[in-house]
Amino acid sequence: MKSMPGFMDEKKINMKIAVLSGKGGTGKTLVSVNLAAAAKASTYIDCDVEEPNGHLFFKPEGVQEENVTVKIPKADDKLCNACRKCVDFCNFNALAHVKDKLIVFEEVCHSCGGCILVCPEKALTEREKVIGKVQKGTSDQVSIYTGILKIGEASGVPIIKKLLDEKNPKTNKLTIIDCPPGSACIVMESIKDVDYCILVAEPTLFGVHNLNMVYELVTLLNKPFGVVLNKCLLEEKNPAEKFCIEKNIKIIERIPFDNELGTLNSNGEIAVHKNEKYRELFSSLLNTVTKEVWHETTINP
Amino acid sequence: MKIAIPADGKNMESNVCVSFGRAPYFLIYDVETKKSIFINNSAAASTGGAGIKAAQIIVDSKANVLITPRLGENAADVIKSADIKIYKTIAGSVKDNIDAFTANKLSLLNEIHAGFHGREEN
Ligand code: SF4
Ligand code: SF4
Repeated sequence: MKSMPGFMDEKKINMKIAVLSGKGGTGKTLVSVNLAAAAKASTYIDCDVEEPNGHLFFKPEGVQEENVTVKIPKADDKLCNACRKCVDFCNFNALAHVKDKLIVFEEVCHSCGGCILVCPEKALTEREKVIGKVQKGTSDQVSIYTGILKIGEASGVPIIKKLLDEKNPKTNKLTIIDCPPGSACIVMESIKDVDYCILVAEPTLFGVHNLNMVYELVTLLNKPFGVVLNKCLLEEKNPAEKFCIEKNIKIIERIPFDNELGTLNSNGEIAVHKNEKYRELFSSLLNTVTKEVWHETTINP
Repeated sequence: MKIAIPADGKNMESNVCVSFGRAPYFLIYDVETKKSIFINNSAAASTGGAGIKAAQIIVDSKANVLITPRLGENAADVIKSADIKIYKTIAGSVKDNIDAFTANKLSLLNEIHAGFHGREEN
């Protein structure tokens, strides 16, 4: 008979957890950063590439950077016979042909490579374009990975791929993925291989709307998940809580509305490092999630 | 000289379409022959880059002037590369705008709308 292993069980510690929310500023980074810090030895991956904030809390040291590039087409006007096959082919309308010149809209191009294949004159070749970078550093026992998308670039997906495929230290560490807000394809890419999703929600009607977006995404992808309600006031009605109860969604933690926590957070401090009560709160959340993942792997191995 | 205008319908009384890339039709009006033709905007259904594709249609129509309420950055790049002059529409039908243009009453479109995060939405 299989016995329930202890907290330090390797499979459980090795788990990947994604933290999501329908929009920014709901406490997604607060939860991600403090979970990673509560676990001590962990990997924190900031996939919110348009606004990566996690590093502001961890202040990682020994930071190394690597550029992320994509391939975009380049035309040789001397070889081009203006047949327009490439322009017609491009689903994203990243190409235009004007006055015997091919214009490539680099930010619109999705690097599918199709135009290069369809060009009968071999007038198109690939060139590398930098769309952003990934940074890697450490803070205590946390390894911090940050993805940064250049302003104006259409898609951060290649950066997410790089962050998550980065032959990440396959040591027995917990991985926390701080996802981009919303439910677009970049979020799907971020949670593709995770064991569990934490949805962070605010106690407002807008909060419910945002929660519903990510709720639909994780159910679509069939990911085990639970909700963390942030900024909870005891005496006030909480529409997000009501939504969870109606939909039969598990609430795994309630973070109280608390000025001290807000101040620590806005000063870029990691709450679990500053106050024992927050350490307890996030350790208990981590414990709950660990149990949930364990539960999932026993019923859906 | 040919003038292009995004239109909601297929006749001269139709309103100017508020969107460039998503306009259902383009009126191409020939000032010399006074002939008007309405072409379908095949870019309207694109998921992305509609402005670029619509601009390509305008370039291919050999228009010399585009009269439009708004224009995205990428579409403007295409239009400008073809040396097409861009004017701003006034309220009213496409015919009102042709009349205003021939009477020299339209001003050049100065504001070009930055696409949402590099994506062309107009
Ligand atoms: S690589 Fe693909 S997306 Fe980019 S211009 Fe060519 S066909 Fe379009
Ligand atoms: S497919 Fe090749 S030859 Fe044809 S227009 Fe494009 S670049 Fe030119």
